[in-house]
Amino acid sequence: MKCQHCEKPATFHITELTGAVPQELHLCEEHARQYLTQPEDQAEAQPTVSEAINKQMKLGQTAEELAKLDQRSCPVCGITFYEFRNQGRLGCPHDYVCFAAELEPLLVNIHGETQHRGKRPKRGAEGTDRQTDLIRLRREMKEAIEQEDYEGASQLRDKIRRIEKEGQAS
Amino acid sequence: MKLDELASRCGEWLRGSGPESDIVISTRIRLARNLADFPFIRRCTDADRLAIEKAVRDAIERVESWRDRVDYVNVAELPAVDRQFLVERQLISRELADAEGARGVAIEAGETFAVMINEEDHIRLQVMHSGLDLQGAWDQINEIDSRLEEFVNFAFHEQLGYLTACPTNVGTGMRVSVMLHLPALVITRQIDKVFRSLQKISLAVRGLYGEGSQAMGDFYQISNQITLGRSEETLLKQVGDVVPVLIDYERRAREFLIKESQKDLHDRVSRAYGILCTAQTISSEETMHLLSSVRMGINLGLIEDLEIPTVNKLFIHTQPAHLQKLRGIELDTSDRNIERAHYLQRHLLRKSGENGAEKN
Ligand SMILES: [Zn+2]
Ligand SMILES: [Zn+2]
Repeated sequence: MKCQHCEKPATFHITELTGAVPQELHLCEEHARQYLTQPEDQAEAQPTVSEAINKQMKLGQTAEELAKLDQRSCPVCGITFYEFRNQGRLGCPHDYVCFAAELEPLLVNIHGETQHRGKRPKRGAEGTDRQTDLIRLRREMKEAIEQEDYEGASQLRDKIRRIEKEGQAS
Repeated sequence: MKLDELASRCGEWLRGSGPESDIVISTRIRLARNLADFPFIRRCTDADRLAIEKAVRDAIERVESWRDRVDYVNVAELPAVDRQFLVERQLISRELADAEGARGVAIEAGETFAVMINEEDHIRLQVMHSGLDLQGAWDQINEIDSRLEEFVNFAFHEQLGYLTACPTNVGTGMRVSVMLHLPALVITRQIDKVFRSLQKISLAVRGLYGEGSQAMGDFYQISNQITLGRSEETLLKQVGDVVPVLIDYERRAREFLIKESQKDLHDRVSRAYGILCTAQTISSEETMHLLSSVRMGINLGLIEDLEIPTVNKLFIHTQPAHLQKLRGIELDTSDRNIERAHYLQRHLLRKSGENGAEKN
């Protein structure tokens, strides 16, 4: 039997027990090593997240609604819902706010709950607005530079510096 | 930090001590954290990655009690064999090794904890303890997290907890994993049955199988899947409740084997030991396989001139990058198989020679 990823003979036969049905993998030594040294949550998480969200989207919406939703983007980092849906990874902390309605059923699906219990940082979630501002301003500065709007970029840079300084003082 | 020095040593989590260490290899906990003022990794520019690396490094350097004990390794500058070495050592993930751009890992001298920077999340804290030590591992990682939190702002949401790049980690950001060595459950063919029952309580199990139905190394990792809505204590308890049940099953399977087929078992273990001591070329798959039998043999008193920490160490030191680091040169697969056989001979024969015991 050949390795699933290359022409070498498959010498490792791995049974993945994490899913609903055990899954058989046949790999050469090199690919088995690569597969097995992924942390358990990475080997599985990505297909699971995008699969879960795609399934959930198809249930609740028409194709038209879905196409519209796909184009929505985060005002802070610029990621579109389509990109998240495909990659299974979010673009910035603010995505949990701007895609809250879409994420909620997904979180219920994965965790069975939507209310955090347990440790919280001592300084709490204060100053979050200031921090999302920083993410947005840095992106705007990069875009300004790309468009050769150097005056705009330098104003943005001053703004970023000011906010960063306020942060350090607190 | 000198990686060559690290190569010849061995992390504390492999010392084979700690509760239930005949069956439980290690307890690991990781926490995923992100800085509040940067996008998640996928949306980061090169400048963002550099700034995150600097902010986290600075925070680590400011922790008083870590001075002189924690070294930073710039993973982006390492050659491939050194990155592979850190993966085998379980100090960094495959993802961090293979990524591009600014990234690194801070490693505590005893290898009890590591802080990965710019992995899937900005920060991945990891604590490794020998044996079954959930509370000890949690106390340590909780403390590490609190120290860092004094100097950086973590992305946190009132309702959703710690925010992570992947929604599967949001909330506590915590993954608890216990690595178990379960050869007797494999030999008695009970392993699938035991684990199928675990899936009902949302714990994940990963098993590594070799040729046919024979387990490769017979190692299994149990970890929590849910991170949101349950406190760290609840998650620890969830894993902590199941592990003793598995240990009990494994012990009973071992007793059964000793009682019903001691001759066969002794034969299997002795042959495994014999091959490891005398082979002239050997793959890492076969090595894992045979070391697993030998490890069980020691625990059952069938092999008396070898100790568990030596075997634990051999599992790591016979992997490709370790062999090359220890030898100091690059080796292709067939040269590695020869080098591996020599390495095993040196360490197994020397061991039995030192103790003056006869080897079968
Ligand atoms: Zn392959
Ligand atoms: Zn965003």
